[in-house]
Amino acid sequence: MSTVPAELKYSQSHEWVQDNGDGTVTVGITDHAQEALGDLVFVELPEIGRKVAMEEACAVVESVKAASDIYSPLAGEVTEVNAELVDAPETINQDPYAAGWIFKLRLADAGQLDALMDAAAYTAVADEH
Amino acid sequence: MGLQTPLFAEHERLRARIVPFGGWDMPLHYGSQIEEHHAVRRDAGLFDVSHMRVVDLEGPAAQGLLRGLLANDVARLRVQGKALYSCMLNPEGGVIDDLIVYLRDEPQAPTRYRLVVNAGTADKDLAWIGARARGLDLTLTPRTDLAMIAVQGPQARAKAASVIPAELREAALALAPFVSAESGDWFIGRTGYTGEDGFELMLPADQAPSVWRALVEAGVRPCGLGARDTLRLEAGMNLYGQDMDETVGPLESGLAWTLAFDPADRGFVGRPALDAQRGCAGLRRFVGLVLEGRGVLRGHQKVYADGREVGEITSGGFAPTLERSIAFARIAPDAGPNLAVDIRGRLEPVRLVKTTFVRNGKPVA
Repeated sequence: MSTVPAELKYSQSHEWVQDNGDGTVTVGITDHAQEALGDLVFVELPEIGRKVAMEEACAVVESVKAASDIYSPLAGEVTEVNAELVDAPETINQDPYAAGWIFKLRLADAGQLDALMDAAAYTAVADEH
Repeated sequence: MGLQTPLFAEHERLRARIVPFGGWDMPLHYGSQIEEHHAVRRDAGLFDVSHMRVVDLEGPAAQGLLRGLLANDVARLRVQGKALYSCMLNPEGGVIDDLIVYLRDEPQAPTRYRLVVNAGTADKDLAWIGARARGLDLTLTPRTDLAMIAVQGPQARAKAASVIPAELREAALALAPFVSAESGDWFIGRTGYTGEDGFELMLPADQAPSVWRALVEAGVRPCGLGARDTLRLEAGMNLYGQDMDETVGPLESGLAWTLAFDPADRGFVGRPALDAQRGCAGLRRFVGLVLEGRGVLRGHQKVYADGREVGEITSGGFAPTLERSIAFARIAPDAGPNLAVDIRGRLEPVRLVKTTFVRNGKPVA
């Protein structure tokens, strides 16, 4: 079974969001998502400074099986990306919630965080797939 | 839900990710497709290939039927147990299926053959062969009572030795490449679909689970269809339905080496169409591509030469042994050498190579 940490928020498209408490969030893909994709072999990161809308495709992960868009769960500006993933995309498979983070956003509206799912709600979504 | 092989419970026990394939529910991987791929290149892996259909063809008319049905010539089988890879064509020169045929008895007076055909095409193949076998002195027997396990990798034969019945062990270990031996309902070919040494075992379905478990205990790693696909791609082996099909023939699929045009008086289905194509300047080339940068080449991506679309990828993926992406593509005869592939809207440069990328664990390209 895939893990769903209680302290994170989740999107319908299987991204996790960590509230850093300073107006920024860290974004990655869930354990369920990495498991469904299979071994990851390529990650295309967003550019730092890029402004993204909520649910806008802003990164790509490719596994042995397929390419998959990563959607920004919230609106904001990309402030940091996990450059380590370029040479080691498998980090997302190995540690999706920590070392496998993908990008950080400065939120346009911190209130949007409330619209995301909590762990219990996401578990129900993941179980359907 | 699809059909299940006699090893389905083993796959579930090993927590395989199961996917539909050719009408069957098959393991895609057992955790990491890439680790499974490396196990076959470096040590040994095993595959459940029981979804493939084994068909026995026996009788005085068997050789004549096969010589008229297959684009390769079974008269080239001059050693008992020897295997031959061939396409079976339609009258237009398209490929109905690709298959392996084994000669099971004396080459002086051959009467017994075994075919192994693809899962998704098996019913169609049997109907096609059956229609041409009608009234001939032969029997056509699908062997759905057998399971098939491939054990592949540099250590595969040594690690498989302990599971082979005692009376067949010595003969199996002495097999030359592409030759088989059998005893009772056990049949072992030194064949495979990975570019590595190894065996393909055909055995009674009820014995398959215990043999599978014994191989796992002997240190052979279970591998799914995902690794099977990247291994065959690196090894330069075609996949029916992707690299060739009923509309695209062997001359445009890198399979000219499997066509036996000699002797000139051997008529086979599709021959007139191939003879007509052979002289054509417009035949597309079947080539290998290596992606220079990052990303993944995949089937149906378009290939460009100096901004002009010249063809498309038939099979592509990430090659774990090379740690970069590779592909087969079918392109216009005058295309090249500066090629690029459209990956998600961006033109990425690719290098043109032969379709064999890896052989016996080592990069070729």
